[in-house]
Amino acid sequence: MTTNASLTKQDGGGFGTLLRRFPFLPALLIFAVLLVLNGIFEPNSLSFRSLTGLVRTYMALMLLAVAQTYVVYAADIDLSVGAIASLVNVTIIVLMQHMGGGGLSVLAALGVGVLVGLACGLVNGFVVAALRLQAIVATFATSIFFTGLALVILPVAGMPAPTVFWRTYGGSFLGIPFVFYAAVALAILLYLLARTRLATQLLAVGDGQQAAFQSGLPVTAIRIGGYALCGVFAALAAFCITGDTASGDPLVGAKMTLFSVAAVVLGGSALSGGFGTVAGSVIAALIIGLINSLVFFAGTPSHWQNLVQGLAILAALMVGVLVSRRGRA
Amino acid sequence: MNRLIDIAKNPLTIALVLIAALLFLGNTLSPGFASGGQILRLLIVAALLGIVAAGQNLVILGGREGIDLSVGGVVSLSAIVAGNVMNGMDGGIPLAILACVATGALFGLFNGLGVTLLRIPPLVMTLGMLGVLQGLLVVIRQGIPSGRAAPALSEFVTRPFLLGLPGIIWLWIGVGLLMAFILHRTVFGQRIYAIGSNEQAAFMAGVPVRRTRIALFMLSGVFAAIAGLCLLGYSGSSFANVGEQYMLPSIIAVVFGGTPLSGGKGGYTGTMAGAVLLVVLQSILTTINIDESGRQMVFGATLLVLMLFYGRGRGLRA
Repeated sequence: MTTNASLTKQDGGGFGTLLRRFPFLPALLIFAVLLVLNGIFEPNSLSFRSLTGLVRTYMALMLLAVAQTYVVYAADIDLSVGAIASLVNVTIIVLMQHMGGGGLSVLAALGVGVLVGLACGLVNGFVVAALRLQAIVATFATSIFFTGLALVILPVAGMPAPTVFWRTYGGSFLGIPFVFYAAVALAILLYLLARTRLATQLLAVGDGQQAAFQSGLPVTAIRIGGYALCGVFAALAAFCITGDTASGDPLVGAKMTLFSVAAVVLGGSALSGGFGTVAGSVIAALIIGLINSLVFFAGTPSHWQNLVQGLAILAALMVGVLVSRRGRA
Repeated sequence: MNRLIDIAKNPLTIALVLIAALLFLGNTLSPGFASGGQILRLLIVAALLGIVAAGQNLVILGGREGIDLSVGGVVSLSAIVAGNVMNGMDGGIPLAILACVATGALFGLFNGLGVTLLRIPPLVMTLGMLGVLQGLLVVIRQGIPSGRAAPALSEFVTRPFLLGLPGIIWLWIGVGLLMAFILHRTVFGQRIYAIGSNEQAAFMAGVPVRRTRIALFMLSGVFAAIAGLCLLGYSGSSFANVGEQYMLPSIIAVVFGGTPLSGGKGGYTGTMAGAVLLVVLQSILTTINIDESGRQMVFGATLLVLMLFYGRGRGLRA
């Protein structure tokens, strides 16, 4: 189960070793197959324009999946990521509106948004790690609280985002769409975070809380750190949601919470903690996007689309769990 | 003295005390809150949640991170199936019951097979199944009308039946007795606690671990389906995703009843009290004159505070 299992365990086969080093391989394979299938059913779907659209739409889910991954590293779970994203969404929308919607007000609002996400994450970390409540039910309770807060800030959906905000998110810079800059920035950020002490410590705590504690790690602080990181990434996801929908909606993120959990599992991370990668979660978020577009391009009648999507995601989850287990057995 | 502390620490005692306190508080805030008729209405709502929570309780007791996120989907689906089978006629009720139970058992079977044979974590398996169920709901809704409850079913859920209590309360009491019997008087019940506290040991001792676990998921589906049937009777006709509101509250009811999510410990009596507690709390919040946002914040915060009364995780020791 450990990330350093390859050092201590004699591996049975080349595939197992490969999986231990790159737990996201199954996800990458599914991703490639889906990409090809999309191309077969609708060659146009592989055009630069379509792929840009895919990344733009699913950037938010990618970030939420990353957020969830850091918590899952430590064998915790956060059912409030969607609510945090909603709260940040309405917060920045209202702030930008109040401050006139200029470039500077956007930046200020985004700064506040990150802080709100961080604060929510700290609250979650406090109730789960410090008060030692059960993560599933405790974060569900905080999600209700955050949703209430979002409803205070913006009672009904609909306040528009300033033009400069969504024009930037949906636009291009030097001929390259903005979302690709964001994707590159995300990749660099994730790479740097993966090398931090916190990432390693989260995995160590997930692998065995007692062992981590006995070897002198501040387990409670580390778990709170995981939730804080999760809150910040949920805030970043909210920025993308806002850029994509160009409006505020106090309930916009609610549906995304369970998808973020699905993406983490699909990406090869273990819900039992101690094993996983954020890269896998990012790929898995795109898999969910590709499944949705494939179902559409394959000509599924509209009211059957949800069922086919559900079945495809369930199948992908099963394959993901079964294959990635071989790497850890 | 120790005995007293034990009683005070008992989750059932905690829940009952909290319920009494909330009823008192509610009655102070809005006189008539704790009147007989009002309490009866609360109990009907609690019965619906409690029946879903019975299945959830079983799955959680079975351990290995047992949880069933698909109950909400099964409740919705069962309400639609029942509505269409009976279509407003009393004669269709037996067939509707059969169809609901079969539906619930089928999806429970899928969950159970995924969790045992393929060893998919229950959270993942039932989450995926929830997606499938939600998709299925869309398909059914487009194809056929949502169906109506038979008069006898509505009467069973809402009208007094025996000793002034509606049939659904008696049904819930029956579920409670059945659960107590299963958990404490049958081999099956012993096996649930055995696999919940130590699956490996239970396997060594000859407990058919897989079959037991599959049965737990099937029972969870069946209980959710029965709740869906009753919900149809309660609301008259089924509407979009009625069951969704039961997914996480059913888990909270179990936790408030003193069954930890780690499994192997606890029982259903506490869960019944937990369901009542949750419903009373929600109902108090609707009687207080604050808007939706404030209500949600108070609800969330109160849930957290209440959780503090129940078993917190053990602290780490060197």
